[in-house]
Amino acid sequence: MRRAAFLTLLSHWRRHPGQLLTLVLGLSLATALWSGVQAINTEARASYDEAAESLGQNSLATLEGRQGPIPQTRFVDLRRAGWLVSPVLEGRLRVGDRSVRLRGYDPLTAPLAAQAVDLSAPDALTGFLTGTVGFAHPETLASIDATLIDLRLSPQARLPLGVILTDIGAAQRLLEVSGQLSALLVWPDQPRGLPSLADIAPDLIRTAPQSTSDAARLTDSFHLNLTAFGLLSFAVGLFIVHAAIGLAFEQRRQMFRTLRALGLPTRKLIELLAIEVAVLALLAGAIGVALGYLIAAALLPDVAATLRGLYGAEVTGTLALRPGWWLSGLTIAFLGAAVAAAQSLWRVAKLPLLAPAQPRAWLRASERGLRIQAGIALAFFAIAALSLTLFSGLIAGFVMLAALLLGAALILPIFLSGALTLGGRLSKSALGQWFWADTRHQLPGLSLALMALMLALATNIGVGTMVSSFRLTFTGWLDQRLASEFYVTGRDQAEAADIREFLIPRVDAILPIWRIEGALEGQPGEVFAVADHPTYRDNWPLLRARAQVWDSVAAGQGVLINEQLWRRSALNLGDQVALPNGPTLPVLGVYSDYGNPKGQVMLGLAQFEATYPDAPGLGFAVRIAPDKVEDLRNDLAERFMLPDALMIDQAQVKSFSLGVFERTFAVSAALNILTLGVAGFAMLTSLLTLATMRLPQLAPVWALGLTRARLARLELLRAALLAALTAIAALPVGLALAWALLAVVNVEAFGWRLPMFLFPGQWALLGALALAAALLAALWPVRKLATTPPGDLLKVFANER
Amino acid sequence: MLLDLRDVHKSYASRDGGQPVLRGVDLQLGAGASLALTGESGSGKSTLLHLVGGLDVADEGVIKMQGTDVAKMNDAARAQMRREVVGLIFQQFNLIPSLDVAANLSFQARLAGRHDVNWCADLMDRLGLSGLEGRYPEQLSGGQQQRVAIGRALAVRPALVLADEPTGNLDEATGDAVLTLMLDLVRDTGAGLLMVTHSPRLAGLLDARVHLRQGQVA
Repeated sequence: MRRAAFLTLLSHWRRHPGQLLTLVLGLSLATALWSGVQAINTEARASYDEAAESLGQNSLATLEGRQGPIPQTRFVDLRRAGWLVSPVLEGRLRVGDRSVRLRGYDPLTAPLAAQAVDLSAPDALTGFLTGTVGFAHPETLASIDATLIDLRLSPQARLPLGVILTDIGAAQRLLEVSGQLSALLVWPDQPRGLPSLADIAPDLIRTAPQSTSDAARLTDSFHLNLTAFGLLSFAVGLFIVHAAIGLAFEQRRQMFRTLRALGLPTRKLIELLAIEVAVLALLAGAIGVALGYLIAAALLPDVAATLRGLYGAEVTGTLALRPGWWLSGLTIAFLGAAVAAAQSLWRVAKLPLLAPAQPRAWLRASERGLRIQAGIALAFFAIAALSLTLFSGLIAGFVMLAALLLGAALILPIFLSGALTLGGRLSKSALGQWFWADTRHQLPGLSLALMALMLALATNIGVGTMVSSFRLTFTGWLDQRLASEFYVTGRDQAEAADIREFLIPRVDAILPIWRIEGALEGQPGEVFAVADHPTYRDNWPLLRARAQVWDSVAAGQGVLINEQLWRRSALNLGDQVALPNGPTLPVLGVYSDYGNPKGQVMLGLAQFEATYPDAPGLGFAVRIAPDKVEDLRNDLAERFMLPDALMIDQAQVKSFSLGVFERTFAVSAALNILTLGVAGFAMLTSLLTLATMRLPQLAPVWALGLTRARLARLELLRAALLAALTAIAALPVGLALAWALLAVVNVEAFGWRLPMFLFPGQWALLGALALAAALLAALWPVRKLATTPPGDLLKVFANER
Repeated sequence: MLLDLRDVHKSYASRDGGQPVLRGVDLQLGAGASLALTGESGSGKSTLLHLVGGLDVADEGVIKMQGTDVAKMNDAARAQMRREVVGLIFQQFNLIPSLDVAANLSFQARLAGRHDVNWCADLMDRLGLSGLEGRYPEQLSGGQQQRVAIGRALAVRPALVLADEPTGNLDEATGDAVLTLMLDLVRDTGAGLLMVTHSPRLAGLLDARVHLRQGQVA
């Protein structure tokens, strides 16, 4: 019985291959977008973990300075006291136009987990200890000009990307931090009876092995953003699946009735239907994972560039087939199919199968459902408002976004129904009234596709507004921040000093770009020197400041902090900030600092030099008439043999920064377009499936005196009208989404808030796209209608149907 | 002559080639006259009605409606004829589910630009539909739905009413009541009536009767 019944159920798909294709493709697309995003996230996280593991970061405890770098003497003290520790020094090293992470370690004292390179070969250790040898991943070596570093670099595939490993002494020399260490690695097994750390090194703090790496922590919000996008795309895809499964169940009512009449228990029927859905989910999931792999492979280079540009995190550009993500892809396909099929299965289980289908009764039932739906939508809006007012954090931001979008999707049919009723009331002609009433009548069948379209449009408007607002703000901000015409960097301290002497008679002003890294308010941060100059006074993008702020900063009476530090640490003007290994000073102003994940402090130049006398002062911003930049570049190249990478003009920096910006949002744009494509597909499938049910509704109108061609034109107009109304509804939702992204999610994820600008041109373009998508989707079913043979229409009137 | 059919042929495509349904039918109907079409299932009654109504096109022969050959009309002209000349009544009622009773009843007349409010109100009253104007088709009984369909066909004041088993979906008592009402109204409007029926009893209520057997007039 079971086999016979199952084969009977499956026979439906043999008769409706298009429907089967719709269902499988819908679920595949939904799974593809989700698993594509997950593949990218998994790959990136794996890169971070491999990087941390190869350097022993996630298996070894460390000792770090409470106020920043550790004096080398502290290492000697601890070793003498019996502690098994090993020194490490880390810093960013500029190599041409790239910057790499330089890590120095001591192979003689380092624990095994931190021995990232094999030095067992004859003379390898000796060479390493002389400080002339370094190691880097082959990809890192290929991406930099190794001649710019005073080390003989060898390839070592075990090392993470973007890292150069060398002896601790060499690292101190290259980073120009003599006698300083970043941290001490602690051996897992220590001798008994050691003196307490608090007694012998009170300035050090012990940190347990990190379960997540720095890069993973820094990029968490970026990956969360991607996940949210993937989830949204998946939700849009689910609308297709829901519609396709719903239709397949509706069309098989007669079959269910017969099967039950022939003795198949309801429970068994549900069981068989569930198995059928599971089989389809497995098939669609497999296709989806394969498509997801292709999507991820296409997007990964842009994501890798973004992560490098924004966070300095290195991700390999190749994609591995990790079981974690393809299993999660299959799981989400099963879950999605289960969610999409649950309502249909419930209906089969509960509804009297002997009741014949009544289209208008369906609508009335749906009107009852609409009231409940309106209630649920209002509840979602309430959740959105509450999550905004009661909670904080990125998760709360996404809860708000999800609730807002779900509420808007659920309220859409109510809005459309109201608009169509109004249209019917305003219409005077019989055909007009029929058109509006019949369009309203189609809503239950089309609402899922229209919800998907609205979500896709709202997301496009929201993300588009955010990106364009960001671009506008960012461009203006770059103009302020990059006021200097030319930037030059010396290869070492002595050369930098010579360059400065050389520049003095030739330029209008020389502004040092000097900085040190260290902890600010307990998190990674940096301190910059700021000269007292109109370049800063006139241009620096201050968000808020005390009166006479530049005079006070120049006099060393306080500091400026970036927006990220201000928001993250909830600081106010006048609050005190402790500088690493330096004084505690009041906050005098806050400036915007887009694209920087770290907290930043700007300290007056004189005080910076006094506080950090050993800071490497290699870079300068130069004020000079723009038409003299080229000559200056040539003079510097001739006099100091400086490579181009160390001399950058304003236009180059801007174009580099804008390039990073554009690549950052390339992924969002790609996902936006894919989501819109999925929504268009949802429209097509819904219209196609509805077309098969439309004949009984259209045939009487045709019989009463309308041509098939005119009916077809009206069907096209109907699709355009619904798309236009949906686009109108999507606009406020999209703007609310943009506001939430700019004012809530960005602030939580990146630490900066952007002003919101409106772009009506973009909306018009998107509206036109929605219309085009709807018309394209309607074209096929409409053509079918226009060419339907009269014989098919007459079947509607046949007595022996 | 309202309707004049000469040597009408029609066949439908099937796996075994053409399946002839009508094989040289001749038939005439004067203005205001009524004619019952009877015959076994598959004898071609409904097909003949569809050809006369311009819902389908004959393969051969001439179908003249008020002197104009329906076979020579294009799609738009046939649609105009259906709107203005013919009133159709089907066994399945075929009301428009998205429109209420009043809108359904006046739909064809408004489509044809012949909406007469008083006439529609009169029809509603005579068909016993007063008070049901705002209801939707699925809220009506079968008899009520068929009365709305009759009203829709007559609201346009057609020259010819084509009825395909109009009481086939109703019980006998309701069917008789609906048919009596329809015949009275058709006579009052002066329209011709071509009605397909299985029932010899109902056929006897009309002016004349033609029996079809295997696509030919018996």
